[in-house]
Order: sequence, then C-alpha cells, then structure tokens
Amino acid sequence: MGFLVPILIGVLFAAGVYCLMRRSIMKLVIGVMLISQGANLLVFASGGLLAGSPPLVPADGQEPVAPFGDPLPQAMVLTAIVISFGLTAFVLTLVHEAHEAVGDDDTDAFRSTDT
Amino acid sequence: MTLLLSLLLVFAGALAAPWMVRAGRGWLRNLLLVVPLGAFLLLLGGLPAVAAGGAVSLQLPWFPSLGVTLDLRMDGLSAVMGLLVTGIGALIVLYSFGYLGKHPQYGRFASFLLAFMGAMLGLVLADNLILLFIFWELTSITSYLLIGFLHEDPQSRKKALQALLVTGLGAVVMLAGFILLGEVAGTYRISELLGEGALLTASPLYPAILLLILAGAFTKSGQVPFHFWLPNAMVAPTPVSAYLHSATMVKAGVFLLARLHPALGGTEMWTGYLVVFGGLTLLTAVVLGLFQTDLKGILAYTTLGVLGLLTMLLGVGTELALKSMIVFLIGHALYKAALFMTAGAVDHETGTRELTHLRGLRFAMPLTATAALLAALSKSGFPPFFGFIGKEAVYEAAGNLGGLGWGVLAVAVGGNMLMMALALKAGIAPFWGRPSGQTPKPPHEGPFSLWFGPLLLGSIGLLLGLVPGLVGPTLVAPAVSAMTGAPSEVYVKLWHGFNLPLLLSLLTLAGGLVLFRLRHHFWRVAPRVRYFLRARGAEATYDLLFASTVALAEWQTRTLQSGRLYSYVRIVLLFTVVLVGGAILSTSLRLAPPPLPGPIEALPAGIVLTMIVGAVLAAVTDNRITALLGLGTVGFGMALLFTYYGAPDLAITQLLVETLTVVLFMFVIYRLPHLRHPSRVLIRLRDAGLAALFGLCMSYLALEAITLNLDTPISERLAAMSYPLAKGKNVVNVILVDFRALDTLGEITVLVAAALGVAALVTGGLRRRRRKRAE
Repeated sequence: MGFLVPILIGVLFAAGVYCLMRRSIMKLVIGVMLISQGANLLVFASGGLLAGSPPLVPADGQEPVAPFGDPLPQAMVLTAIVISFGLTAFVLTLVHEAHEAVGDDDTDAFRSTDT
Repeated sequence: MTLLLSLLLVFAGALAAPWMVRAGRGWLRNLLLVVPLGAFLLLLGGLPAVAAGGAVSLQLPWFPSLGVTLDLRMDGLSAVMGLLVTGIGALIVLYSFGYLGKHPQYGRFASFLLAFMGAMLGLVLADNLILLFIFWELTSITSYLLIGFLHEDPQSRKKALQALLVTGLGAVVMLAGFILLGEVAGTYRISELLGEGALLTASPLYPAILLLILAGAFTKSGQVPFHFWLPNAMVAPTPVSAYLHSATMVKAGVFLLARLHPALGGTEMWTGYLVVFGGLTLLTAVVLGLFQTDLKGILAYTTLGVLGLLTMLLGVGTELALKSMIVFLIGHALYKAALFMTAGAVDHETGTRELTHLRGLRFAMPLTATAALLAALSKSGFPPFFGFIGKEAVYEAAGNLGGLGWGVLAVAVGGNMLMMALALKAGIAPFWGRPSGQTPKPPHEGPFSLWFGPLLLGSIGLLLGLVPGLVGPTLVAPAVSAMTGAPSEVYVKLWHGFNLPLLLSLLTLAGGLVLFRLRHHFWRVAPRVRYFLRARGAEATYDLLFASTVALAEWQTRTLQSGRLYSYVRIVLLFTVVLVGGAILSTSLRLAPPPLPGPIEALPAGIVLTMIVGAVLAAVTDNRITALLGLGTVGFGMALLFTYYGAPDLAITQLLVETLTVVLFMFVIYRLPHLRHPSRVLIRLRDAGLAALFGLCMSYLALEAITLNLDTPISERLAAMSYPLAKGKNVVNVILVDFRALDTLGEITVLVAAALGVAALVTGGLRRRRRKRAE
C-alpha cells in the first residue's frame, strides 16, 4: 500500500506543473490548484499513513490509544487546506479580472497591460 | 598619528564640502583650502624623521579576524607622493574656485575632489597590501565621478566609464597578484614584505605575481596597450585633469611599482617588461601627441610619455636610474600641473583649446603666459630649471649602463625631443606670435585663483633648479633608499660639468626646437591620424569588447528573462529535475531502503486511481466542464483519502472547501472562453515529458518521506498532553486552537487578506464595467 499515495503525489505535481507551462491563463489556475493538493497530500503522508485510527482520545481515557495517526501533520494540512482555498479564491478572481481587462486568455497577450 | 590625522582631515573635508559651499558662498568655501594645506603641513612635520632615514608609521587593528590592519607608514617614497598629492591638491582646490566655483554643483565637485585626495593619500601611505588595494579602488571610483562630473554630456559619461572599467579591471587582476604575493611572503604588511625580495623572486609563483601586479599598475598608469583611456579622460573639467591626470592618480601605477621594487625588482623579467612597455609607451605617446591640436590632448599625451619614461627607469632599476626617476617625477608633477592649469585658464578665458586658433595671448594674459613659460621651459629641460636636472639625471643613469643602456638612452633622447616640442606647443605657442583674434571670447586675464597656482608651481620649478639642495637630501635621497632598501647617497646638482649627459641635453634641445618649428606639418595630417586611431587603435579593441559584452548581456537577458511565466517555470523545472534527479540517481538522497510493496487494498487503490484520472483529465482537457469535473474528483478524492487514513477533521474541511471552490470555479469559468491550446503539439509533449520527470522525482521523495521513520516525540507529547492540559479529546483540534493557536491566527489573517483582495478586485472590476457601459 506504501507506494500508491506517493504515485498520486507525483501525478498531482506533474499535472500541476504541466498546467503552469501552458499559455492559457485558466490552466494556470488549475495548475496552482493541483499543486496545492499535491503539497497537502505530501505533508499529510509524511506523517506516515495509518488506516482508520484518528488521533482521538477515547471517551474514558486520558490520551489516544496507540497506534494513532500523527496529529501534527494533520493540523498543518488543515491550515494548509484553508490557506490554499484563500489562494485559489484570490487567483480565480484575479484571472477573471485580468481576462476582463486584457480580453484574452493567452498569457502571451499579458505583456504590456498596466491598465 | 599625524598620518591618520591628515587622512581623516581630508575625508572630513570631503564630507563637509557640500555644506560648506552651500552655507556660505564666500569665506566658508575658501576655508576648504585648509583641508589640503593642513594635510600638507602635517606630512611636512613628519619629513625630518623621514629624511633622517626613518619612517613615520602607525598600526591600528581594523578587521583583526581577517588580518587586515590599518597600517600607515610614511617613508621617503610615500613622502614625495604624499606631499605632491596634498600640496598640488591645495593649489587645485584654489584653482577650482576660479574655474568651477560658479557651477551650481560645485559643492559636489569639491566633495569628490577631496574624497579623491583622501583616497590617493591613503594609497601612498598604506602599509598593507589590502589597505592599499582599497584606496586604489577608491581612487578609481572617485576619479570616475570626477571625470564624469559634466554628466549631461554623453561623451563625458562614456569616457568616465571607460577609465573606470580599464583601471577597475586591472585592479581586480592586481588583487589576485597581491594575494599571491602576500601568501608567498607570509605577510601583507608592505614594509615587512620588502625584505623578502630574495624569497619572492625565487618563488615559482614569481612570474604570476609580477604579471598580475603589472596588469594593475599598467592600466592605472596608462601603459601601452591601455594608454587610450588617459587622453579620453580629458573630457573632465580641467582641475581634474591637472590633478588626477598629471600629478597624482596616473602616477599610482608607477608608485606601486616603485613601492614594490625591493620585493619584486631586479630580475630579468622585471627589467624586460618594464623597459619594453615603458619605452613603447613613451614613444607611442609622444608620436601621437605630435598630431594633437587640442591643448589638453597634447598635455595628456606628454603625461603618458612621462609615465612610460618613469616605468622604463624603474625597469632599469639602478640607483642612478631610481634617483633620476624620482627627480623626474617631482619635476613632472610641478610643471605638468602648471601647464594643465594654464591650459584650463586659456580655455576658460578664451573659450577654446584649439591650438590653431590660439596665438599671442601674452598681451591679454601676461600672468598666465609667464606661468606657462616657466612650466614649459622646465618641461623642455632648459637649464637652470628643475626639468633640466631631471633630464640630465636620466641621461646619466642610462649612459652608465652599457649594453641595454644605449637602447634606453636612445629611446629617452628621442622621447624627450618630442616631449620638448610638445611642451613648447602647449606652453609657448598659444602665448606668442601675433594675436589671432579668432577666439570665441575676447581673451583676458583670469582671476587670482586661476593664475596663482601655475605661477607658483612654475616658480618652484625654477627655484628647485637653482637650489636643488632643497629637495636632494630631504626628499630624493630618502625616496631612493626606500626603493633600493639601503641608505642612499645621491646628490642632486644642476651642473655636472661637460660630459655625455650635457651633450645629449643640448642635442635634445636642438631636436625639440626643430620639431616645434615643424608643428604645422603634423597638424595638417592630424585628422587622418586620429581617424586611423579610432578605427584601428587600442580603443577600437576596447569598444569591440565593450559592445560584445553588452550584446552578450542583452542576448542572455532576452533568453532567460523572456517575460513569459511558462518559460521561467520550464527553466526552474529543468534545473530541479536535473539537480534533484541527479542527487537521487547518485544515491546521495537514498535515505532509507525502498519499501516492499505491501498488499494492495481495494478501497484506497480505487480512490487513488480515480484521482489520478481526474488530475490528468484536468490538466490535458480543453473543455471547461471536464476540467471542473477533474478538479472536483481530485478534491473530493482527497477528502475520502483523509477519511480512510484517520483524519476526519481534514476530511470535513476538505469537503467544505472543495464545495466552495467548485462553486467559485464554476462562477469564473462560466465567463471565460474554452481552454484553448495555443502552443504546438511538440511543445506540449516536451512539457509533458518534463512534468513527468518532475513528478517522478516528487514521487520518489514522497516515498522516502513516508518510509523515513524519524522520532516523533513532538506528536506523542502533543497527544499525551491534549486531554490533561487542554481538556480536548480531538488532538488535531487542540493543536489548532490551543498549542499552535498563533498559527491559526496567522491563517485567519491570510484568509482575511485574500478576502479583501477578492473584494477589491471584484468591486474594482464592477466599477470599470459600469464605466464602460456608461461610455
């Protein structure tokens, strides 16, 4: 099971950077979103992957029963998910407005527009 | 301490100059004269000790960790240069009052001039190679500012840059030589290093050291083939030319060679290079000078000639040669600065420096004419001027050599003849004959500040000629002993009796006069010579190098900085793949053994495969809805994976965020056209290959990251503390709102900022669209 998630991470990054190399501005956004997902998954997976054991303290216990998933990467990824959402929302709006201003979705047309 | 004091005084003057000029146009500005005069007197105070055979020195730790100390030392050689720098500097400051005093940026000029003076003074007083280098560079920079002072003129800027580049590049090469020198000798202190001559010349690195240092000295002192920058630097205001390009900065190269003579001199290599290049420079400069009609141009070429002669004498290196070099150096500084100043005065008061228009100015400018006459006679080597003594000394030194000496003697006599002709051209021709009446301004005598300096220097030239004892034991002998490393018994006399030098002097005078009479013949072909030099000379090579460097930089910028995001991404990716992939292949990143594939469970495998399809689809499709579906698949797949791997909080957050993202995406994509593929298939395939390689690297790194079992004390501590300390049973939540609450605050701030950005963009866009519609 250990190698499926790494493959997925690689695919997400590959697809993401492929999009970054496109001239279409919408692809740029897609690339950023895919890379965000890949990065989140990478951080999450680096804590070790353990199926079905969330880091929760049982109702009658003082601390979670081992083995449990690493809580620290989870907390970090949670923050990261929210922040990538903020980023995505901002980039999407930016792209929309840029498209309105330039009238083209080809980044090659985005060279002399300080309007 | 007096040395440091004099340096500080000059640099403080440089800092205060703009204010002093602005605050009070009159007396406060004139107070600037105190700076060089004060430094001059301070150095003069140290002279008795130096003349007695000692030296004034000072050592202060500066960067102890780097072994750089502020070592200052004044011996005979430094004293000669230091007194010239400050003494002539004082006259130049006075001269600049009259010449540039009304310039709106005079304060800046005075500041640059004094800063240069400080740098030059530091250079000659430095007793540490690194310190000397720093001051050396400082003179290059300040001279750049001074040459380019009239910066509205593009020629001025260009020539200033040229001087900076030539001397600066030479200095960098020289630094390498200094470091080799210091390492071989085991010390960077010059006074210690000078005793290591035997060790240094025997070292296998000696040729490298010598060549590297010669590069610095030759560029600074304008030796062939680096001579072109000096005549070009004549675009500078005349006070600058008179100061930097006659008396001080250009002599720095010669000074350095003289300084290092005990350490590096005396070998065949030293003699060969210095004599050959010095002689070539002398002859090239004076021949080219014949074709000049610009007053300052002539002086620049004779300066080059003198620098060549001095270098040649250093190459010869006998005690007599070194003595003649010092005498010539002092004499030259006196008359050349004077001639530059009179040339500037002529330019200032008549509006032209073209010799073909200048005649008979002695009636209108008697004082300037007298000063020029005195200087020109000294320069021509008429007895009883100091210049005569210098020339005699040169002939005496060369005549005593035999073999090599005859060649040196021939070059010296020929060079001096031409220099004399040039001296007469620059110092006599403009003032004698019938007034031409062709000057742009009616000629008239300049103010006190313009004629006092040259007249004083010219008179000193005469005085020292008549009473050479004034400088003989006090300056020349200590300087020579500083260069030979042994006490020196040289005498400076006017009259040596009837001998070979006197005969040669007479020959030189006769030849010079003949050449002077013939000057109009040379001027007739001058334009053609200048054209040839522009096309074929050393400067053409410089221009070619300069242009190709700029072209290379432009090409590289165009290629690397295309302004297209995707090409930046490609370059970054390419390097990442090469570096990271290379590291992986060379096993340096293989931290843990690759894990064995365990049993594959159907559920996560299914999720992962679906997500892979979704990601690829989103990347390659040109359909907006397909892309949205692909992205959604990836996002919701992530939520499922989080659920499966025991992270319910992540799963919930991901679900929420993904839903919002899809809605937002939908909203935006609805207004955009379909996803086109403007790039060609081949490019897309290449990019796909690059992306795949990058993905491979990332997969491998992820595999390592997962397999790598670091200690997890933080997580276990956090989990253990969660309930007892924070009374929370969900460890992730406790971390977010309690243990790492500040991070969460930061996250919220980021979100707020993003929301503000979105709002600003949207409202701005709305306003624009409304305006458009209204139009």
